Formats: sequence, C-alpha cells, structure tokens
Amino acid sequence: MRFAVVVFPGSNCDKDCVRALRDVMGQDVAEVWHTETSLSGFDAVVLPGGFSYGDYLRCGAIARFSKIMRAVKEHADRGGLVLGICNGFQILVEAHLLPGALIRNRSLKFMCRPVWLKRERRDSLFTARGEDFLRLPIAHGEGQYFIDAEGYRKLEDEGRIAYRYEAPPGIEQAENPNGSVGRIAGILNAKGNILGMMPHPERACEEFTGGVTHGRWIFESMIAHLTGERAARAGIAA
Amino acid sequence: MNATQNKPTRAVKPLWQELGLTRGEYDHIVSLLGREPNETELGIYGVMWSEHCSYKNSRKLLSGLPTTGSHVLQGPGENAGVIALDENLAVCFKIESHNHPSAIEPYQGAATGVGGILRDIFAMGARPIALLDSLHFGDPHERGKCRERPGMAGSVDPESDRVATLVRGVVRGIADYGNCVGIPTVAGETRFDANYLGNPLVNVMAVGIVPRDRIMRARASGIGGRVLYYGGPTGRDGIHGATFSSETFEEGVEDKRSAVQIGDPFMEKKILEATLELIESDAVDAIQDMGAAGLTCSSCEMASRGETGIEIDLARVPLRAARMSPYEIMLSESQERMLAVVSPEKWEKAAAILAKWDMKAHDLGEIKPGRSMVVKRGDEICAEIPVPSLTDAAPLNSPAMREPDNREARLALHLDDIPEPADPGAVLLRLLDSPELCSRAWIWEQYDHMVGTSTALKTIGGDAAVLRVHGSEKAVAVSVDSCARAASLDPKTGAMLAVAESARNVACSGALPVAATNCCNFGNPNRPEIYWQLAQSIEGMSEACRALDTPITGGNVSLYNETDGEAISPTLTIGMLGILDASAHATGIALQAGNLFLIGSGAPSLAASEYLYQEHHRIAGRPAAPDFADERAIQKLLLAGIQGGLIRAAHDVSLGGIAVTLAEMARAGRMGIRVDLPGAERTDVALFGEGPGRVIVVVEEKDEEKIMELARKFATEIRKLGEAGGGELVMKPGIRIPMSEILAAGRDTFTKLFEKRGSR
Repeated sequence: MRFAVVVFPGSNCDKDCVRALRDVMGQDVAEVWHTETSLSGFDAVVLPGGFSYGDYLRCGAIARFSKIMRAVKEHADRGGLVLGICNGFQILVEAHLLPGALIRNRSLKFMCRPVWLKRERRDSLFTARGEDFLRLPIAHGEGQYFIDAEGYRKLEDEGRIAYRYEAPPGIEQAENPNGSVGRIAGILNAKGNILGMMPHPERACEEFTGGVTHGRWIFESMIAHLTGERAARAGIAA
Repeated sequence: MNATQNKPTRAVKPLWQELGLTRGEYDHIVSLLGREPNETELGIYGVMWSEHCSYKNSRKLLSGLPTTGSHVLQGPGENAGVIALDENLAVCFKIESHNHPSAIEPYQGAATGVGGILRDIFAMGARPIALLDSLHFGDPHERGKCRERPGMAGSVDPESDRVATLVRGVVRGIADYGNCVGIPTVAGETRFDANYLGNPLVNVMAVGIVPRDRIMRARASGIGGRVLYYGGPTGRDGIHGATFSSETFEEGVEDKRSAVQIGDPFMEKKILEATLELIESDAVDAIQDMGAAGLTCSSCEMASRGETGIEIDLARVPLRAARMSPYEIMLSESQERMLAVVSPEKWEKAAAILAKWDMKAHDLGEIKPGRSMVVKRGDEICAEIPVPSLTDAAPLNSPAMREPDNREARLALHLDDIPEPADPGAVLLRLLDSPELCSRAWIWEQYDHMVGTSTALKTIGGDAAVLRVHGSEKAVAVSVDSCARAASLDPKTGAMLAVAESARNVACSGALPVAATNCCNFGNPNRPEIYWQLAQSIEGMSEACRALDTPITGGNVSLYNETDGEAISPTLTIGMLGILDASAHATGIALQAGNLFLIGSGAPSLAASEYLYQEHHRIAGRPAAPDFADERAIQKLLLAGIQGGLIRAAHDVSLGGIAVTLAEMARAGRMGIRVDLPGAERTDVALFGEGPGRVIVVVEEKDEEKIMELARKFATEIRKLGEAGGGELVMKPGIRIPMSEILAAGRDTFTKLFEKRGSR
C-alpha cells in the first residue's frame, strides 16, 4: 500500500512514521511537504507527531491552514484512510475533521511514558487486528481530550471511541494519564476512515524502542483493510 | 549617524572594567592595535578574551589532556568532537554548561543551553539523536535560605523556595526546548548539595550522527566567499552573556537578567533542518553557530581557523530591536542564528534551501585576504581588528594555586565515631526516599526520551542510555557523571572517579567506552584554592582518560560559580561515549530471572558516601582512587558477557552502595532478591559502602561456569551474591523488606518536593 507522511515545519515524528511503515511494515511510503496540494495516488495519509509551527498560538492551529490540509480533507472525503498521531490528532481536531479539543494535561506537565490502552472497537478500519489491550507510549503536554457532554454521548452512541486509557486486569496504572474526558485516547470520525490518537503506535513497532510491538496492530489493520478494498475493486473490475 | 559616538550612559567604572577586562589586558589591547580601541572594538575584545571564549585561565591546564586516539576524527577546537562509528558514519558529541543564565532565569537559561549545544552538533553536519543533562541544585530541604543571601534576594517568589523553583524551571526549560525540536533527552544525573544553592549547574550534552565524508568544519576558506547569516533576527537579549558567565554573583545580580537569552525551539528546528540540507547539498563551505559572543565570536573564529580576513556590514544584519548600536549587534547573543561561508556561485542554491524553511539568506559580507576583521555599518567603519589578536593573542593566565589548609582534617574519618545502624532496612528505605537516590521518573517523564525511535527503552533510567543508529549495525551508549562529593574532599580523585564511573556505566549497557567530553564547573580561578581544585581535577581527568583510553574530544569550562564568595564544590562533569557492536546488546539494569554476581575488585568504603551524608550529615573520608587495570578488566568482562548473551542485566555499584544498587535493580525489574553480601567489618560498610570497581550482573544458572571462566580470563574478581525472584528484598546481613515497600520508596519524593503546593 502507498502511505503519505505529511511533513509540516516542526513535525518531528515524521521520520519515525516513515521508518515504521517502510522498514517494519514493508509499505511504500513518501514524505509529503505541507505545501503540496494533492494526495492522489496515496491509499492512506499519516499526520505525524511533533510541534507543527512550534505549536505557537495553539497546537495544530496554524498547521490546519496549510495547503496540504485541503488535500487531506479531499482524501478523507474520497474514503481514504487518515491517521493523526499526537500533533496530527491535534491538527485534525483544529481542522474540524474530528470533534472536541486537546488541552493541556491535567498535571500541566509534558508526559512521556508507555501506557496501556483498551480497544473499544474491534471492527474499525484501524483496530480490527491485534488484541484488546495495547501498550503504547504517550509523549505530549497537551493531550487532555475534551468534549462537552452531548458530544461525548454522541461519540459513545456512534461507537467512535477507538481507545481509552485502561490497563488489563491485574496491572497497575494511573487511572487517566492526562485527564481526558472518558479516558479517551483516540477517536474516529463518523465515517470511520479518520483516526486521531495521542499515543504513538510508530514507537511501539519494535521491541527495541517500545518494549512491545503492539503499535503494529494499528498499521496491520489499515493495511488489511486497504488490501481487502483493493481485492474487492479488482474483483469488480474483473 | 555615527553610532560609536552615541555611547549609552554608563556607571563610573571604565568600560574595560565593565567588560571584565583587567587594566593590563586593556593596555595590551592598546599595544596590539597601536591605538585606543573604540567602544565596539573594546566590546569585541571583552567577549573574545572572556574566560568563556578564550579559556584564558584554563587553557594551559587543558593542554595536557589526551585528545587523540584510534576512534577520534575531530578533537577539541571545532564546534564539537567527532568519533568514528563504522566505515561510513561518525558520532559527534559535546557537553556545555549554561549555569549562570539558569541561576537567574532557570527556564530560559536551561532552554537556551539545550539550543546552544544542539547547534554545535548540527553545525558539524550531524543530525542530533540525543540529549543528556547533568544538573546540580541546592539542598531541597533548606527551604527559603535564599532570602538570606543578598545576591539572590528577589530572584524568586519570596514565598516559594528557591531550589524547587529552579528545579521546576530548569526541567521544564530542557523539556520544552528538546521536546519541541524533537531530540530525545535520554539520560542524565540530578544531584543536590547546599553549596549549589546560589549557583545551580546545568550541563547539557548532545550527540549526533554524521556521515564521515560530510563532517562540516567552521573554517573560512576561499577568499571571496560570502558571509551568510540565517535564522532568527538579532535583538538586545543576551548582550554580555559570555562576559556575565565569567563573573561571580554578588548583590545586584538581578540586573544581569538582560544577559539571559530567550529561546525559540521552532526556529531551532527550522535551522536544524535547513543546516543539514545546506550541508547535504554541498551549498556551504563552513558553518558556525552564533552562540556565546554571537556574531563576534562566530565571524572571527571562522576567520581565525581559516587564516583569512573577514569583512561584514552590520546594516545587513536583520534586527529585532530598533536603533541597535554596532556594539550591541556584535555582542548580541540572540538565539537560533547561524553564520556560514558560501562561495558566490552557490549562493542561489543556499538561498533556495533557506526559503523552503521560510528563512531569508542575509549576505553580510565577504571572506577577505589578509588577517583583518573589518566591521562596517554602511560606509562607516565600526571596528578594524587583526583576527589573531582576538584569538591567538588572547591572554593566557596561570593564576596562583594553593592546597586548602583544612584538607587533612576533612579527609580524616574515624569509623568509631559513626554508630552502626540498628535497623539497616530502615536506613535503606530512607536512602531510597532521599532526593539524591529517589526515582528520577518525575524528571525524565517530562522529557520526550523516545522521539527519533532510536532509544533502547530498557536502558532508560539505568546506567547509560543506548541509541541505535539508523543505517549502521552499531549503536552508541552515553552517560554523564560527576562525583562532586568525593571531589570536594579530593578533587583529583573525584575527577578520576567521574571518568571511571561514566566508563563503567556505558560498559554496563553493553558498550566499549571510546571517548569523553567534559565540563569543568568551578568557582573563581583567581582564588588560589579554587585554581588548585581546577588543576587537580584536570590532572585527575587526564590520568583517568589516558588509563581508560577515552580521549577528551571537547568540552567547556564554567568558572566563577560563586555567590558572595562561596564557591560550589569542584564539579567535573564527564560525558562518556561508548560504542556497541550491535544494538541487540543493549543491556538495562532491570532485574531478570537468574543469579546475582558481584564483579570487580573494588572495596566498599564510607568515605564521601551517601550514607555518611544522609544518615550522619558528614562529608568526610579519603575517597579511594580507581584501580584502572581492574576497571578495564571489568569492562572486558562486561562486554564479553553481554556479547556472549551471558549477562542479562548489569548495574554499576554507585551511590548508596550495594544495598541501593540491588534495590534499584529490583525496583526496575519489579522482582525480589535474596542475597548474602560479602562480609565486612561493619554492616553499614557492607551494605552502603561506596567506591569504584564494582558491578552487579544477572546471569542464568546454566551460564554460571561461563561467567566464572570469563572472570578468570580477564583476571578480575567475581562472587555469587544470591538469586533474583520472590516478593521480598532480602540482604544478609540485616535487611528484609517486602517489594511493595521498595517500589513505593522514593516514587513520589520529587513530586512532594517540587510540585507547586495548593493553589499557588
């Protein structure tokens, strides 16, 4: 499959995403500079972590006006997959491709550590593979997901909460690392083809960096979906 | 307008004195120029001849350090040192201090310290892959004492306490800057002692990777080359930073706040990427960052190394503030600025790369024949100085030195005066809970230590951090260490201990230590006792680096760390670099299933120990110097054992002795321990005694004979202590503690000490 990793000035997990997708997952990956206007030819787009435009003003608030963001929206409208990780999630929220807001961690401190997540959906395009509990690193100062009560109910009713911070039974973990509403770590758009998440799957694709390789499950799910889609298209064409 | 005539109002002191020059130095400048210097020229001499830029008080001592070796591609004298990693890649690394700014403005001081050392690394063409920091603060329990110190009055919220304010500010400054640029902060040390109250130490080390054929140097070459300025604009921040850091703190230090620079990590990220792209596209001939002494230092050092002249026009410098004088422009230490030399035919290419990163290429002037540095503003000449007079002719001092009088008394330690602990388990828990030995997670979790996907997760929080290198089989290990408590008793031994410990640390992680960088943090060198400390420390470092074959490839000297005549402990920080043959060999401290062995011939002692300080409030004794032959044997044993897959975890025995070392391994592995410790004449010596030359390793039962064999082969001692497992920490003699208590000890110490309490 062909993945695009968008690079904004200030992105700093772009190369990590490229390495995870290309070297670990064996995919075809290209870095796409923020001034590009088209994403045609790509099956999936990754908005990586970092501090786009220094996160000045507000995280993601400047990046959302980049030329590439129009193309990201078009790609999503066409049904293409979009994965926003950390700063990428913040940009998707600022661009109104996902609801809610990401505000400063309740501790008011940057926080970098592996955390346990629970998969809330087993049937989404991003979560079909792997197990119910994943251990992925978080690394953010502004990852507290906020949404009003009505919005939260809507996310729950529509099954759009992909991951919550939650440890498997018997493992000790601080209840909610950043104070997110409903312990939300990742959400989907209504159509289910955009996932925004604060934890970093690209950092847990190899044992060396992540201790575990649970991050692969997300990429494997995306690849499986895209492969199935391509096969279906080929079937129709035949 | 002739700005040089438009002098700002000044105090009664003559300008040369304001700039930290002596009468003799001023006279020397007049003789070098053959005339009186104008204000701008004097300012240029002032910074170039400051300790910070000229090392005038330390150069002679440092000249004896070993700086060459089979791995060294670049020793001291450039932006940073470079070590060969494999046939294609090299490692670039250096440590630097930002002590004075951090004392005044901890957040910006620490942040810009990170920025400065990163620029040194990428100016060499290396992509930074890691940051480390060595931090020293006052005693966190001596709350509010700062208010009694006139020099520090008003520098912090009078209601809060100075140490907590500094710790919070420094850690957040490092975190915000490093995290934003996207360079992981992977290791470090944090120490506390009352004598750092007025002068905290912030030493930051950076490590980068560069292709061997693309190492960039800061050497102007090619007459006619254009002088390219890019990055942030020049403002009034940080004027006199280099001079300021070459002074002690006295009353009124607050006035120096304008000498602290303001950091912009986003700009840093842009100049990082742009610089690497410029070098990769072969668009520039030389690069240097504008750090200490800004435009002055970068332009004249490039001309000095290239043995050329240089001419720049200040009218072309992008300014952040209105009506800046030539003096101010030349001395500004505004951050995130780079100076490069570009041959005219490559100018367009360089400008296009900078435009991609939203930056302008400013053409300041030209590399000229001859040896003159000419600074103009339009048609007006603001300064004209022979380049060698700034660098080669800088003063070289040999201040008087004297061993302190009371030293022998402090070295004496009579164990009969020290009561043995009735409950060693309680002592262990208190030590684990103390600021010196508690969990550092509160600090390193604020640092993004994983960005770059190079960091070996299992080495975080251990002896040394291991980073794999994309594009190489090999990996690097890094550690920073200082042994200031021992050095306060015996500076030479303290320096040797710091080198030996940092080398042992990287060896524990699976690496061969190959080279080191250093930061000398001392008081006022014009005091004979302080200069003696400096000389002793450098001698100790030199001897240890020779013995362990770890040449020094660069570093920095920070003197005048004094407040109202009280100096810090002599603090030599060593940043050690090790190389692993394969990243798979990365080894952590976390306990694994197997048996525990103590290797090395070191003997425990209470001299300068943490136990003596915490439990008996004493810093005393004669610290033992490392046995370098045995240190090398331990290294070889560790490497062979790790590479052969025998050693599953390794931890250097350091602060708090064997008891604390084992507890740390148990804590990291969340697994109990049952051991019999080697006998000693006293329980506290056996459990909490410190000293070099000891490492604890975990080996599986089936490999026991093999590890014994290795110890025989390399001729060092080995002794089986016991086994891993269970829910208790049992150490004979005297300790039996449930693991739940070990896990809880020291977990929240930093939170309790340093997080803001209540609503304030």
